[in-house]
Amino acid sequence: MTPDKARELMRDALRQVAPDADIDTLPPSTSLRDDLELDSLDFENLVTQLSERSGHRIDEDDYPMLTTIGGCVDYLAGLDEAALR
Amino acid sequence: MTTIEITYREAMRAAIRDALLRDDRVFLMGEDVGRYGGCFAVSLGLLEEFGPDRVRDTPLSESAFVGAGIGAALGGMRPIVEIMTVNFSMLALDQIVNNAATLLHMSGGQLNVPLVIRMTTGAGRQLAAQHSHSLEGWYAHIPGIRIVVPATLEDARGMLWAALRDPDPVLIFEPGALYPVKGELDASVREVDIDRAAVRRPGRDATIITYGATLQTSVAAAEQLADEGIDVEVIDLRTLRPLDDATFLDSVTRTHRAVVVDEGWRTGSISAEISARITEQAFFDLDAPVERVCSAEVPMPYPKHLEDAALPQQADIVAAVQRTTGDGR
Amino acid sequence: MAAETFEFTMPSLGADMDEGKLVEWLVKPGDKVAKGDIVAVVETAKAIMEVECFRDGVVQQVIVEPGTTVPVGAPMATFATVGAPVVVPRPEPAVTPAPAPRAPAPERPSGQPAAPSGPLIRRLAAELGVDLSAVHGTGRGGAIKRADVRQAAAEQAPTPAATTPPRPSGPSPPSGAERAARVSPYARELAERLGVDLGAVQGTGRGGAIRADDVRAAAAAPPREAAAPERPDRPAAAQEPDAAARRAEAARLATAKLMARSKREIPHYYLRTTVDVTDALAWIKERNRELPVGERILPAAMFLRATAIAAGQVSALNGFWEDGHFVPATSVNLGVPVSLRGGGLITPAIADAAALKLPELAVRMRELATRAKAGRLRGSELTGATITVTNLGDLGVELVYGVIYPPQVALVGVGRIVDRPWAVDGLLGVRSVVTVTLSADHRASDGATGARFLDVLGRNLSQPENL
Repeated sequence: MTPDKARELMRDALRQVAPDADIDTLPPSTSLRDDLELDSLDFENLVTQLSERSGHRIDEDDYPMLTTIGGCVDYLAGLDEAALR
Repeated sequence: MTTIEITYREAMRAAIRDALLRDDRVFLMGEDVGRYGGCFAVSLGLLEEFGPDRVRDTPLSESAFVGAGIGAALGGMRPIVEIMTVNFSMLALDQIVNNAATLLHMSGGQLNVPLVIRMTTGAGRQLAAQHSHSLEGWYAHIPGIRIVVPATLEDARGMLWAALRDPDPVLIFEPGALYPVKGELDASVREVDIDRAAVRRPGRDATIITYGATLQTSVAAAEQLADEGIDVEVIDLRTLRPLDDATFLDSVTRTHRAVVVDEGWRTGSISAEISARITEQAFFDLDAPVERVCSAEVPMPYPKHLEDAALPQQADIVAAVQRTTGDGR
Repeated sequence: MAAETFEFTMPSLGADMDEGKLVEWLVKPGDKVAKGDIVAVVETAKAIMEVECFRDGVVQQVIVEPGTTVPVGAPMATFATVGAPVVVPRPEPAVTPAPAPRAPAPERPSGQPAAPSGPLIRRLAAELGVDLSAVHGTGRGGAIKRADVRQAAAEQAPTPAATTPPRPSGPSPPSGAERAARVSPYARELAERLGVDLGAVQGTGRGGAIRADDVRAAAAAPPREAAAPERPDRPAAAQEPDAAARRAEAARLATAKLMARSKREIPHYYLRTTVDVTDALAWIKERNRELPVGERILPAAMFLRATAIAAGQVSALNGFWEDGHFVPATSVNLGVPVSLRGGGLITPAIADAAALKLPELAVRMRELATRAKAGRLRGSELTGATITVTNLGDLGVELVYGVIYPPQVALVGVGRIVDRPWAVDGLLGVRSVVTVTLSADHRASDGATGARFLDVLGRNLSQPENL
């Protein structure tokens, strides 16, 4: 997945969970928990959104990679490559 | 303003004396009002001052001397008839209810009865079941008579003359428990209005509607509640018929809570009438059900502790107000 | 029997509502709907609400498109009846059928009536299962008359052929809904004046009655009668911060009042226990590998499950303190506080939670919390909790000493799951542990009862196969 597409996907998913968060004005280092104040349920809903939109099942083992906006985008960008390999 | 220190009993006596002096059509009659000075010493000294024509001892027959009073009133006099205690008035019920109250109507407006009947009412003096009734609410049921209850020194002093000036029968109920109450009174008071209830203590959070002996208890309860931050308005009805509902309805519309305190029994009482008028006319302003504090529905007990238990006490009134303003638990 | 069409109109969702914006259709032409189904989402000046359909039918034609604002009473769609008798005879008063044989009408607190209505009208509406807020009053000043209520009852009566599908909520919430229906006359008038939705007001009077103070706390803003809202030209967004701030302030005050009452009246006692949840977490993780992403079980659900089991077993902590004595609840309805984005707290209840296995409970919790955050709760979901579980573990705290929601008698607090050195069978290891607290009402129970409750809760947490 291209970084642009990953970013697009993250923007849409985040909008569902935290409508007030605008990905374009936030730095990649923005923490989902500390800065966006997502609780575990919000996070789980975000993961569900990302899974559904990317068509890729995200496992709990991968959660540590998904703590920031940038982390999520990078993770998504890496997904298809991993699948291709 | 000059004030004098005076008891409720002395204020009543001053009112009778004043009436005897002001209008020679006025005379006092009843059991033991003359030589004995009145069963409760209200008329003490009046026989000596005004003589037996104007202060008349009567036989022990309520029906006869109330009837004589009605006749005298029809004949142009302004009689003050004293009935010793409220229970004895039942012996004169036919005269009061069937004659005094109806003659204006039965005569097609030709004959009015300018009669004043005074009687002692209420409990609190260990006079037991046969001399402790509060039947003023009962009399308030009857069209054709006016029912007033002086609860303050000022009303004790001023209501009689207003009653004598009324062209129709007026019954004055004097709470026996108040006779020894002493206080300051404006020396110039000779007549008070007997049409309107009075706000004895203004307040914002709840309205206590009462009259007679429980006025004092209610004001004391309001003071206690003020310490708890509950600001209670206390209304003295003063006249039970015709009832001045505008005053208490106005108050309840402001405070949204009403507690009726009545020494009478609850069932079919004046407190029931007041509660009914509030729900009829101020229903949408109520924030809590109307509360009533009345006497226990038993013949009044003789022992002090049982009499106290049967009568509305300060703690009962406080609790009732708290039920309307508190969170109800 | 010939099919007949009827209109689905913009409902009146409050006395001060004269128009509403259709946010979303939840049905499309051809869909079959049953009485009580949520068919649309409507935004009023005060809130976004889900709107139920009051008759069985099939959606024929959608008239109003999402984003459109229409006045109350305007047709939004047409529905057709399905093989049902066209006219339901109006029952005579004397032979009004008891509501019992019917499927339960959609439970919701009586809400605020669209127009003045006396106590008799409210009672009749309750008897016939009619929601007064949806009744059109034909009396003086729009007052609702008995005939209006009967008419509404006749319109919503189910046809013999149709059966209303059972709602998932299980038994109706216990006394919550009834309590909410008791409103002092002055409070009702005040609510109308201040534009307060009575359905959302917590009553603190006798038997849970709503009184003027409760309405004032809910209003928290000066009366709005001064200026009429200039709705037409102002974009909706411009109004929102104002409305949101007012709602937030009202919510803060409502919480303040309830919690102050709790601490004033309830002699709380507190117990705590620390439980090893290593096995439970491993078990959940294993389960989650198989479950669809959207149905993954959060540890929070595990605590709800353990609490539901404990509350079912130790019934002395599941119910209400009312009028000087404890009234046990007939089912376990778990109150679950949900923090809202932008502040504030809302506590919906999961009805009959003890009957749900962990995976179902997890899904139900997620669904409820998600709707709570989106402002999509139904009124009935806000009442009826019999015990509350508060979980602050997400925020990093290890221990919660919670304040009980009156008239409930117990609250379970869950802290953060932390890794700690921990002895198991005489050997020291690193285990995941969590501290669970119980706040309980000493009027309703004693420490020993509370201890038994925590013990059952803890044992279930450490033996996840029980969950």
